[in-house]
Amino acid sequence: MPKKRLKTGIFSFTCCEGCTVTFIELLNKKFFEYREKMGICSFRVLKSSPKLCKMDLAIIEGAISTESERKKLLKIRKNAKKVMAIGSCAVTGMPSSQRNSFSKELKKQIWPLVKRLHQLDEIKPLHDYVKVDISLNGCPVGINHLEKSIDECLKGGKHAQKF
Amino acid sequence: MHKSFDISLKNISKIEGHTHLDIAVRKGEAISAKLKISENKRFYTNAIKGMPYNGVPLRVARICGTCSPAHLSCSCEAVERAMGIELSEQSKLLREILVMANNIRDHAMHLYFFCLPDIMGKDSVLDFPKKQDYLIHNALHVKEVGNTLCNVIGGRSVHPTFASVGGFTEIPSKEGIKKAISELKEARQFALDFAGTFHEKDLSFKRESNFVALAGKKFSYIDGVIMASSGTAILEEDFRKHLERVVIPYSTSTAFEFDFKDFMVGALARVNMNKPGLNEKTRKDCAEYLKAFPSNDIFHNNLAQAIEIVHCIDRSIEELTSHDFKAEKPVEAKIGKEGIGVGVVEAPRGTLYHMVAVDKNGIVNKSEIIIPTAQNLIHMEKTMVGFVNELLRQGMGKQKISMMAERLIRAYDPCMSCATHFLKIDWREQR
Repeated sequence: MPKKRLKTGIFSFTCCEGCTVTFIELLNKKFFEYREKMGICSFRVLKSSPKLCKMDLAIIEGAISTESERKKLLKIRKNAKKVMAIGSCAVTGMPSSQRNSFSKELKKQIWPLVKRLHQLDEIKPLHDYVKVDISLNGCPVGINHLEKSIDECLKGGKHAQKF
Repeated sequence: MHKSFDISLKNISKIEGHTHLDIAVRKGEAISAKLKISENKRFYTNAIKGMPYNGVPLRVARICGTCSPAHLSCSCEAVERAMGIELSEQSKLLREILVMANNIRDHAMHLYFFCLPDIMGKDSVLDFPKKQDYLIHNALHVKEVGNTLCNVIGGRSVHPTFASVGGFTEIPSKEGIKKAISELKEARQFALDFAGTFHEKDLSFKRESNFVALAGKKFSYIDGVIMASSGTAILEEDFRKHLERVVIPYSTSTAFEFDFKDFMVGALARVNMNKPGLNEKTRKDCAEYLKAFPSNDIFHNNLAQAIEIVHCIDRSIEELTSHDFKAEKPVEAKIGKEGIGVGVVEAPRGTLYHMVAVDKNGIVNKSEIIIPTAQNLIHMEKTMVGFVNELLRQGMGKQKISMMAERLIRAYDPCMSCATHFLKIDWREQR
């Protein structure tokens, strides 16, 4: 019997996707190992995945800027045993949330566009909406940090963040 | 036989960023294709207004993770020109190699992870059978060498830290360069083999197009004159006289025309416009594949990317072996005069423009960024309509057409993260 794989989904919200690229760089070293040990069910950059599956781990980059992103995040949280936020946008909101601190004047200028694009009044990090189990900050997330945390999750360690 | 139907592809996979595609077929004829970019805007050009000149490049590089070295280099160039800074020859060369390293890494990700599954008839690189593991192994090898080179020259492959206004804060170590050269040499044959794979492509769609690229000596990605296959040649600082912004109401991105017509930028445009500039070794070993260029076949964009990987490997080896890099600090700016600067870099997906204006205190008061995917947008939509009509004539059904349409989008290698960053307020809407 093959070992049970860690069912994983990788998701991207409002950001530059640099953390996704960092994960793809990690695959240079870990591709065959992760293919064996992780069952990647959602990862738009690598495969088409029409439906959300039940996950052991959801890895998420990016901040939340629209209502549909917020709804999707809640759905991911419902379906994932563990949520890992990667990169500063997911963990702190910045730099994607930079408009939150624009001057009154600048905000007035961009507001018609904010509304037209159906963005929320403020762009926020993941933990403002859901419980986040593991937070890996950095712009982008540190590749070694990411590797160690995923390895911990694969081993089933309780403190996947510490290394 | 004359059917009417709509194709709506949601969240297209295996591209950089988020987009949908809607195609309308009426009475057996495709009448429109709309690329609905859904990536969320993050207001970078607004955010840098009022910022000191030297903080700008690191911030705007965050527009895009995958092509960050190109954004960083282009923004540095714009700021340097606005501040009257002249870069040393060594810094110019390091910048060129950093952009080439980004090209290797980025093209490799796109070709091997996004496009190769199409050729293999699989949904994902994760689904390849074990007997094709060697292909993945070779692909990872090429991808990794781009990474190594980025790390050695830029300090990091995503959002590099060494490149700054006026030069580089760190000079690559001898050991680092040695390691990069040996890895580049090792990966070269794999890159060449993949060029063969993309030469034997199964899809083709030709369309008369205006190709635009920065063309310079030694196939430079940072230096040269902007050349169009229509015959126009323009200086970097004059770009705005030829690029016209077009509002796309159904997208979070806007689009551009070149001299009021759609056009195409990217690897295909570069190889079409500057084939003789490619490295001598690349021209020799890719001679058979290069016969295809100049080409109007959009799917040749992937072959052009594969050839560019070989070129970037060959030229990097040549430059790294023939230069000793000496300790050197970035050139400091003299504050006191206002100025406007334009940076132009051939990013992986095509010509990237950054414009920045600074006041006499070195504070940014105006900026503009025009990215490659926005320039290709109208071309992509028009090509899509022609392509779908061709498929309809061949009697292809809706489902198969949907699959093919996705492959055409992927051939362009669009980057949606970038595409949303220059969307301007449509003031008319407020009235």
